[in-house]
Amino acid sequence: MASFKPTKVQFLPKLGEKVTEDTLYWKNYKSPVQIKEFGAVTKIDFSPLAPHNYAVTASTRIHVYGLHSQEPIRSFTRFRDTAYGGSFRGDGKLLVAGSEEGLIRLFDISGRVALRQFTGHSKAVHVTSFLSDGFRVVSGSDDLTFRVWDVPSAVELSSITEHTDYIRALAPSKLNPDLFVTGSYDHTVKVFDMRSGSSVMTMQHGHPVECVLLYPSEALLVSTGGRYVKIWDLLKGGQELVSLKNHHKTVTCACLSSVGNKLLTGSLDRHVKVYNSSYKVVHNFDCDASILSMAVAPDDEVVAVGMTNGVLSVRHRKHKKDKETLTSRRRRGPSYRVFVKGKNFVPRQDDFLVSKPVKQYLRKYDKQLKSFEVSKALDTALQTWTRTSKPEVTVAVIIELNRRGTLKNALAGRNEESLTKILNFLLKHIFDPRFSRPLLTVGDIVLDLYRQVLHQSPVVERQLQRLMEVLGREAELQQELLQVLGILDTLFASLTPRKEVAALAALPVDQGPQLQAA
Amino acid sequence: MVETSDIRVVRCGGSKVNLTPPIISNDSRFVLCASGDLVKVYSTRTEEWLHSLQGHTNQVTGITLNPANHLQVYSCSVDGTVKLWDFIDGILIKTFVIGCPLFAIYVSEKHEGVLFLHVSMATDSKNECFQLVSVHLPKSAEQEVEAKEMSAVSSHISKNPSCTAFGRGVRVHFFFFYFSLKATDKKGAKNAFTCIACHPTDDCIATGHEDGKIRLWRNFIHKKEYTYSTQHWHHNAVNTLCFTPEGTHLLSGGIESVLVQWQYGADNRKEFLPRLGGSILHISASSDGQLFCTSHSDNKITVIESSFKVCGVIQGLVKGDAVLTDLMIDPRSKALVLNGKPGHLQFYSLLRDKHLYNLDIVQQEYIYEAGLDQFEVVKAAFDIKGSWLATVEERGKKSSDLEFFLKLWAFDERTQSFVLNTTITAAHTDRIISMCFSSSEETTMLVTAAEDSQFKAWCQGADDQNFWSCDFVGSYHKLNPTNCSFSADSSLLAVSFQEVITIWSPDTWEMLTTLCQPPGVIRDLCFGRLSCSKYLLGTTTKNLLCCWNLLTCELEWSTSVDVSKLQPDPFSENVAAFSYQSKHTDLFVFKPSEPRPLFTNKNVCSEKVHRAVFVPREEPLNSCDESTQWLNRSQLYFLTQNMDLLTFSTATEEDRMLSSSKQLVIDDSVAVTPFYLLLGKHRQQQQKLNTQSHPVADKPQQPQGSVTIKELLHTPAHVLPAASVLCSMFVNSFLISNTGEMDSEKEEEDSEEEMEACDSQQELRAQGSVDEVTPKLSKAQERELKRVRKTDFSWMAGLIDSKP
Repeated sequence: MASFKPTKVQFLPKLGEKVTEDTLYWKNYKSPVQIKEFGAVTKIDFSPLAPHNYAVTASTRIHVYGLHSQEPIRSFTRFRDTAYGGSFRGDGKLLVAGSEEGLIRLFDISGRVALRQFTGHSKAVHVTSFLSDGFRVVSGSDDLTFRVWDVPSAVELSSITEHTDYIRALAPSKLNPDLFVTGSYDHTVKVFDMRSGSSVMTMQHGHPVECVLLYPSEALLVSTGGRYVKIWDLLKGGQELVSLKNHHKTVTCACLSSVGNKLLTGSLDRHVKVYNSSYKVVHNFDCDASILSMAVAPDDEVVAVGMTNGVLSVRHRKHKKDKETLTSRRRRGPSYRVFVKGKNFVPRQDDFLVSKPVKQYLRKYDKQLKSFEVSKALDTALQTWTRTSKPEVTVAVIIELNRRGTLKNALAGRNEESLTKILNFLLKHIFDPRFSRPLLTVGDIVLDLYRQVLHQSPVVERQLQRLMEVLGREAELQQELLQVLGILDTLFASLTPRKEVAALAALPVDQGPQLQAA
Repeated sequence: MVETSDIRVVRCGGSKVNLTPPIISNDSRFVLCASGDLVKVYSTRTEEWLHSLQGHTNQVTGITLNPANHLQVYSCSVDGTVKLWDFIDGILIKTFVIGCPLFAIYVSEKHEGVLFLHVSMATDSKNECFQLVSVHLPKSAEQEVEAKEMSAVSSHISKNPSCTAFGRGVRVHFFFFYFSLKATDKKGAKNAFTCIACHPTDDCIATGHEDGKIRLWRNFIHKKEYTYSTQHWHHNAVNTLCFTPEGTHLLSGGIESVLVQWQYGADNRKEFLPRLGGSILHISASSDGQLFCTSHSDNKITVIESSFKVCGVIQGLVKGDAVLTDLMIDPRSKALVLNGKPGHLQFYSLLRDKHLYNLDIVQQEYIYEAGLDQFEVVKAAFDIKGSWLATVEERGKKSSDLEFFLKLWAFDERTQSFVLNTTITAAHTDRIISMCFSSSEETTMLVTAAEDSQFKAWCQGADDQNFWSCDFVGSYHKLNPTNCSFSADSSLLAVSFQEVITIWSPDTWEMLTTLCQPPGVIRDLCFGRLSCSKYLLGTTTKNLLCCWNLLTCELEWSTSVDVSKLQPDPFSENVAAFSYQSKHTDLFVFKPSEPRPLFTNKNVCSEKVHRAVFVPREEPLNSCDESTQWLNRSQLYFLTQNMDLLTFSTATEEDRMLSSSKQLVIDDSVAVTPFYLLLGKHRQQQQKLNTQSHPVADKPQQPQGSVTIKELLHTPAHVLPAASVLCSMFVNSFLISNTGEMDSEKEEEDSEEEMEACDSQQELRAQGSVDEVTPKLSKAQERELKRVRKTDFSWMAGLIDSKP
C-alpha cells in the first residue's frame, strides 16, 4: 500500500536575481530611516573619527547627526544663502563649507560661529575640501576658478583658472597634500599639483562631471557625469579602464564602501547601484526621489542617501544582536532534549526490533484532499495567512483540484464572503505569469457557476468589474509587448548576416546498391 | 557437430498475471496464477517465482484447485485442453482434451469428476455468446485422455468469468444477459450485473453492479420469495466480490483500488485498504481465511493478511494499453525500461523476468477514477553512462490546454536510484516530439524537439550550477521537427524538419548541411555506428528507406520499404528495420554499408511493430553462421500492437536454455529422496527399452549404471529399497559397462580430476569453430570425442529422463 503523496508545491525561483555573497551583504540593511531636511540634500560627509558623526548640507544649514540619532546633535545655520559641500577635516575637528554667495566658512565642530571666512570667489562655491595636511582648504567655484586657502592666516594662497565651465567635483589626495582632482562641467577631469601650480593630467569624461572619487590606493580615479561612470588608471597616465552605463539618468554621486572597496553610485533615476570588483552591478537600492548625495560610514555601518525632495534616508546594518532580541521575544518551544529522546539509541545485536510505522505528517489541505473534501481543502488553502504570504501554496491546491477534476465542485455553493475571498485572490495574482493559467480557469468556472446570481451582490459585482479592468489592461500590455517583440525581431533579422546554406534538395534516387527487400 | 542455427520468434517474459483470479494453496504457502501459456507458482512469503507449470500451447484461461486433492490443480486453456498438475513439484499428471477453446473453469465439491467450463457457443468469434457446459472426466490411467462427454448447463452467459459462481453445493447461475436488459430498461440506471459471489454457508448471494452498488440476495432457493438489500460504497462498477471461507466477511473491489471488507450481517461496518495500485480485478481468499489475494489491472498480485496488512506484492511487467515511451535499456542495470503504472517508469529485468522497481516520475497522488485525465510519462531517455535520465510527463491530450513537464534525474550512487535534479515547467510551448542525449563521454547534452517548430539543447552546469538550463534554440523555416538524433561520437546532431534533415554541429551550433528526399515526411532517423558511422539512415512516411553518406552529403542508396521502426544496435553496425506490409511484419537486419541484408525474417508477427530495442547479452554468443551473427552480442526485443513482448532466439541458445532448465529440475528431484531417484530412474529405463528410441539411448545406460552404483554405495542402508528391486538394476549396470568402453570403470574411480578435465573439454567444444568438429575425424579422435560426450551427457541425460 503506497502512502498518500502530498500536493506538490511548485517552487519557482525568481528570475534575474542571483544570490551571491555581495547580495547577501548588501541586503543585510534595515529598512531606511527617513529624516526630513529643509531643502535638497547636496552633500553628506562622515567624520573620520569615531563615533563617525556625519554632516548633512541642505538648504541654508549644515546638520551634524550622530550615527543612530534622528535629531541633529549640532547645526550650523549662519548661512545667508544656500550652503554647499560641508566636509570634515582629517581629524574631524573642523568643518568647511561653501555657499551660494561665494563665501567659504570654516567651523569648529564644537562651536557655532564660523572661525574663518574666506572671501574671494565671485560666484557660488559648490565644492570645498581640506587638503590632507589639514592646513589648507581648496575650493571650486562657478566663477571657473579654484583657490587654495591657508587656514591659519585665512589668506588665498593661489587661484587657478584652467576649467572653462562650473567646477562641481573635487577630490583631494589623502597621500600627497599637494595633489587634488577636480571635475567640471566642461567635460574634463584634471589632476592638479600645487607644487607646479597647474594641472598635470587631463582626462576627457565626455559629459559634465558631477563627481570625482579617488580609490584609497590613488591609482584609480572614478568620475561620474551624464549617465556614465568612468574609471581611470592614473598610473597609466589617465587611461580609461572601464566605462559603466548602468543608470538611465545622470549619475550624481559615487562613494566607496570601506569593506572591500566596493563602488556605489547614486543617480537621478532614484537608484543606488553597488558594483563588485569587476564592475558588475551586484545590488540595487531603490529610493523615493532623485539622489543628489550619498555617503557610507566606515565599516559600512550606515548608508546615507540625500535626495532632491530634502529627505535624508539612512540605512543601518543589521547585526546578529538584533536578531537575538527578536528571537528571544518568541515563545520558547520544547527543548532539544525532547526531540532526540531515544532517537540515538543503538540496539544491541541480539535485541529484537519492533519497527514502529512512521507517521506521515500531512498539511491540513492535504488531509482534506486525502479524504476528498475538496471544498474544505480550497478553504484551507485560501486562509488569510496562506493566501497572502504563500500564494504558491494556494495555487498548488487549485492545480491539484483541477487535476482531480473537482475544481468546479470546490468552487460551487459558496456565499458572498468566501466568493469575495476567491475574487480578491484572483485580482491580486491573475496577471502573475506563474499563476495566471490556473487562475484564469478558476475565473472561468466562477463566472460559469455564479452567472445567474451575480447581480444579487454589489460587492461581488464590483470585484468582477475590477477583474475585467485588470484583465483588459493586461491584455493591452501583452499586445504592446508582442508588437515590440515583432519590431525587435525585424531589427535582428536585418542585422544578422545572410548565410548561404548549401541545400542538397531533391537528390535523385541513387541507382546504387539497393536493399533486397525480397 | 555443425550448429544448425535456426532463428525463431519466441514470446518472452512479461505476460499478464492478472487474467484469472490467483489461487492460494490450502497451506497458504503458494500463490498460483495463469500467465501466458504457463501457470506460475509463487511463494506467498518471499514473493519469489518458484517454478512454472509448462505444457499448454495457448493462453491459460482458468485455474482451480482439485477439490478431491488439494495438492492438484486444474488448468484450462484456449488450446482446448484441461490439464491436471501437481503444483508443488510441477508435474503434469493428466491432460483432458476437450477440443474447443475454453474460457473459464469451475469445479464443485458435490460433483466429483465433473468440470464446468465456459465454451464459445458460435464458431465465429465475433458473436460473443458463451455457454456453460459440464464435462465428465473419464477415469483412465492414461496421461492423455479425450473427454467428449459434454452437456450444456446453460447458454447465453456473460463473457466475464466473474459472473458465475457456485455456492453451497447447489449450483447457482444467473441469466445475466436477461437481467441486465430488464434492469436498464426499467430505471435507466446502470445496474447491470458485473460480478457475483455465493455465501459459503448461508442462502445468500452477493452481486456487484455497474453503478457501484452491492446487492445481497437472500432466501434465494425459494424462487419467488427472495429479498435483497443494497449497499453502496464504490463510486464505479464493482469489479469483483469474494466471501471469506467462514462467510463472516465480504470483500469487494473496483476501479478505486480500495479493498473493502464488509462485515456480513452488520452491513454498515466496513474496513478499507486504500491505494493498492491499479484497479482491483479479482479477489481470492485462502481456504483458512488467513490470506487474501487481489490482482490488479497493472499486472500485479497483492498478498494481504487477514489483519488487512499487505504482506507481499508480485509484480509483472506493466504494459497497460500502450507503451508511450520507447523501450529503453538502463545502461547500469541492463534492465528494460518503459512506462509502467500511471506516472511511473518501470525497470524490468528481462533476464530473470522480474520486475525490479518503479521510479515515481510524476510524484502526485493518482486518482483512481474512470475518464480522468492524469499525468503520464510519455518520453524518457538515458544518457550513455546511465547517470542521467530525462523524462517528459504530459496531461490534457484531449483538451486544449496541454500541460507537460521536462524532468531531469541524476543517478545517486549512495541510494542507487535516480533523484530529481531539475524540473522544467515550460520547456517548449507545445508537445515534445523527440528527445535524445548526446553520446559523448565528457559533456552531457539533451536535445528536445517539439511541435512549436523549435528544438532546444539543454546543458548542465552553466555558471557552476548543478541544474540544467537551455543552451541553444534552433529552428528551420518554422517547420515542425519530427525527430532528432546524435551521431555515435556526438559530433553531429541531425534534426529532421518534415521532409528536410538538418545537420548541426553541437559545438558551435552551426547548421552544416541539409539533406532531403522529397516525397514523405521523415519518420525515423538514425546514424550508423562503428565502421558505418559515415552513414545516416532515415525512413519516410512515403515508404522510403534512405541512406545518406555524410562525407559526400549524397544519397548512398534508397529502397522502397514501409519501415515502421528503425532500430540501430548500439554494439555493432547492424540496423534492424521492421516493415509492415499486407497484414504482417517483416524484419530486415542490415549494415548501412552493405547492399544485402544480413538477415531477413518474413512474417515475424501479424501486427505492426512500433517499439523495439537491442538488449546487450550477459555473455556474447559465438555463432559463426551469418544469419545468426547479428544476435551474438545483443538480443532484439520488440513489442507488437497487441502488447506482446517478443524476441528472437537462436537454436544454440535454446539448447543451452533447455539443458540448464532441465538441470534445475534434477536438483529438485534430488531433493525429494534418493529413494525416489533410484526407482524413478529404473522405471524410466524400462520405458526407454520399451519404446526403443534412437541409438544414443543405449549409450547413457552405461554411466547410468555407474551413477546407480554410486547411489547404492552412498545411500544409507535403512533408506534403500528392497534388494530384489535393486539387484537386477545393479547387475544390469555391470553388464552394460562391459559392452561399453574399457576405461569406463577407471573413470568411475577417479571422479574429481576427471570431471574437471571434462569441464575444460566442454568449454573447448563450446568455443570451437565449425571446422574443428567436422564429421570426418580420425578413429582416435572419434573415440576421444565419444568419451567426452559420454561423460558429460550420460548422467545428465539419465536424470533428464527421470522427469516424468
